[in-house]
Amino acid sequence: MKAESTPSRRRFLKDLGYISIGFSLFSSCLRTEDQIIAERIPYNGDLPGSLKREININAWIKILENGRVQVLSGKVELGQGIRTAIRQVAAEELDMNIENVDVLLAETGVTPNEGYTGASASIQNSAMSVRYAAATARIELLELASKKLGVTIEELQLYNGRVTQKGTNKVLTYSDILEGVQFEKEVAIPIQLKKKTDYRYVGKAIPRTDIEKMVKGEVTYIHDLRFPEMVHARVIRPAGYDSKLLQIDTSGLKEAVSGVLKTVVNGSFVAVITEREYQAVKAERFLKNNTKWSSATPLPESENQFEHIKKIANPPENIRNDGDFDNVTKSVKTIKSRYNKPYIMHGSMGPACGIAMYDGEILHIWSHSQGIYPLRDAIASMLNMEVEKIHIKSAPGAGCYGHSTADDAATDAALLAFEYPKKHIRVQWSRNDDQKWDPYGPAIITEFEASLDEKGKINSWKSDVWTDSHSTRPNKDTGTILAARYLEKPFHMKSRGYLAGGHRNADPYYNIPNMQLNAHYYEGPLRVSSLRSLGSFANIFAVESFMDELAEKAGKDPLNFRLEHTDDQRAIAVITKIQTLTESQTTIENEGIGYGFMRYKNTDAYAAVAAKVAINSDNGVVSVIKLWAAIDVGEVINLDGIINQIEGGMIQATSWTLKEQVTFNASEITSTDWNTYPILRYSEIPEVEVAIIDRPNEPVYGAGEVPMPPTSAAIANAVFKASGKRVYDLPIKTLTQNQN
Amino acid sequence: MPKYTLNINTSQKTVETEPDTPLLYVLRDYLELSGPKFGCGLSQCGACTVLIDGSSRTSCMLPVSNIGQAEITTLEGLENPSGKLHAVQEAIIKEQAAQCGYCLNGMVMAAVSLLNKNPNPDEREIKNALEMNLCRCGAHTRIIRAIKIAANTKD
Repeated sequence: MKAESTPSRRRFLKDLGYISIGFSLFSSCLRTEDQIIAERIPYNGDLPGSLKREININAWIKILENGRVQVLSGKVELGQGIRTAIRQVAAEELDMNIENVDVLLAETGVTPNEGYTGASASIQNSAMSVRYAAATARIELLELASKKLGVTIEELQLYNGRVTQKGTNKVLTYSDILEGVQFEKEVAIPIQLKKKTDYRYVGKAIPRTDIEKMVKGEVTYIHDLRFPEMVHARVIRPAGYDSKLLQIDTSGLKEAVSGVLKTVVNGSFVAVITEREYQAVKAERFLKNNTKWSSATPLPESENQFEHIKKIANPPENIRNDGDFDNVTKSVKTIKSRYNKPYIMHGSMGPACGIAMYDGEILHIWSHSQGIYPLRDAIASMLNMEVEKIHIKSAPGAGCYGHSTADDAATDAALLAFEYPKKHIRVQWSRNDDQKWDPYGPAIITEFEASLDEKGKINSWKSDVWTDSHSTRPNKDTGTILAARYLEKPFHMKSRGYLAGGHRNADPYYNIPNMQLNAHYYEGPLRVSSLRSLGSFANIFAVESFMDELAEKAGKDPLNFRLEHTDDQRAIAVITKIQTLTESQTTIENEGIGYGFMRYKNTDAYAAVAAKVAINSDNGVVSVIKLWAAIDVGEVINLDGIINQIEGGMIQATSWTLKEQVTFNASEITSTDWNTYPILRYSEIPEVEVAIIDRPNEPVYGAGEVPMPPTSAAIANAVFKASGKRVYDLPIKTLTQNQN
Repeated sequence: MPKYTLNINTSQKTVETEPDTPLLYVLRDYLELSGPKFGCGLSQCGACTVLIDGSSRTSCMLPVSNIGQAEITTLEGLENPSGKLHAVQEAIIKEQAAQCGYCLNGMVMAAVSLLNKNPNPDEREIKNALEMNLCRCGAHTRIIRAIKIAANTKD
């Protein structure tokens, strides 16, 4: 999307709303700064995809007239602290005090189009684009200053927002240098990057500034945005996925609920607009009792879901075939296991919210979507509007951990903005709808067959994965957004979405001469999309459980068994580190320690996790006492940001592993609130300890999804150590249900 | 529509609303306070917690007509008039005890309520006091650490 290109980007500084301070020569002498200018080293490597699409510096970096640097990123804040990481790399390359750097996140027409914020890719793409753009901006400022002052670049130094001519009192600010316009230069290699050993900010635990705002109750989330004369709305969702509205009786609504402004019925899309928020809640309740819907196609019932999946799956597709598994295993005894992971939900603490206002020309939308540009495409297509007439601004929601219901709430608000123009319409989803209509992380079956050689090493391994799609995120395929499916002229999803995420990490990252991976895609009964780490969560739970089964058969220590199957030094380093972290641990009866290893996507970050569990001998309840992680995400940008993500991820993964499962019967989804979909509570929270192996000279990888998969395997393996019982089905719940 | 005069963050506020409007909606929608959050509306998650006469309580199912002159404190009311934050708020910032932060309101209010009654809680007592407050990001261990630090802060 390059619709808003150079002319709008090349805005004059004063358009950004700051007072001109004009050309000036400061007379301060900066001798102390002379000594701390870092060395630069040319970078000749690849540029990230985001940067290739938006190659001008001014797409990423703007200089404000008050001297502050404004960084633009197309990513959104999800509680992962991306804003701080981006600030760090920009301040670093521009040798700027971090306090003078602001970050503006996703807004159509303003920030670069960076697609979705997901796949732990924001640091690789957005932060690295900003790094290269900022470094290029620095050289450009020096070159322009050298022309202006008639001296060579070597005679200049750039620091904290000013360029100084060494040994003189001549100082130029950035706005002096740029003479009131923004950068007009493309980023190109070689790029002079700061030497990593001279970093001031990158790699350090720079605190986030948004936590203070949150803890003081300042306006932070989309839920907190208020506009003059804003009105409220709720949508009355159908009885089931493919139910149709048969009858609606609105008589008596205005008598029963005050403040009702409008009831909207478009096909099977039913909504009500009110003056006050709680009036919308009451009106929704009234209309729920006064609508009739056709019954939906029966669901298979959650107890039978895995048999159902096998029945409806397509024939397998071969994804990988190293060596010759089929031939090698003809004459040897193989070991087989099967693991099941149910549907689980995003379960955001804040149900989705969307705000929209149609001013007669432009449709303005506020959303906590993870991809405002692709959402704009979907809404434009639904409303048959030009994309330029839709303006979407991202605002943080509660943590979502993947594609949840944010886009759907924005779509609801967009539809209603046309029904009730010139007013801001705020749509707040209920807890029940947020859980019932969530695009869940799909149920997955992972089956293995493997053989050991005479030395007890793995000679052959076959993985078969049954999986649904792992991304049905909004895009030009209008049926990706929920409300579009229920309009009088409905849109149905044309594509199956992103399937390959389903077999992610199902082929182990170990040296195995004969390895085969087959994917059995199915189109399941429930709405599904991306959930933190996609298929890796189920697959690594399975792979690393099976590794322990094979180690047991080979009569080897689980960690040493893993070390025998890799010569990747970074894999060895995290496994050895987790060994060291846990070596002094002792266990009593009914306690056990287990391990899980993963290289995420088999190409990115390395993680080893250990879990210590205890099993209550009376009721079989499994509790996790402590979790350790040894993590290598390459170059560390924000140390505390990574530790925080890993700690939190291990706790969330513990919740998924011990407790979570979307339940449903023939007529409906029954996990509709926190009582029917319990998650981990304080009394169940394990202690967590994280060790980060910093590799400043390696490429940077995202951390957000990394702790999820190995945590589940570590817990399951610890349960085996504690009880002798192997976990084949998630969630573990109580051991009596998992006896095999 | 009836009028209710409420005692919120030490000042008197009057709202005109239906008697069944829950306190949470009065605080957020009428009084434009952003501290208490809507999380479930079912009193299951704790995101909407406020202090009523110093004790933590969820506000999402509490009708405005039942409140009377009880003293209500929201997150915004914890800051003292000179702008100093409560020790729990300070400790959460210092420990960076949040990811998305949506649950923080409830965590802070439950912790303040605990410290009002028990200035030196141990870890088990902290966990008990926060048991009804859910967090999805897994910030629990940092929040526990922050509450311990707050308890040890002598003003």
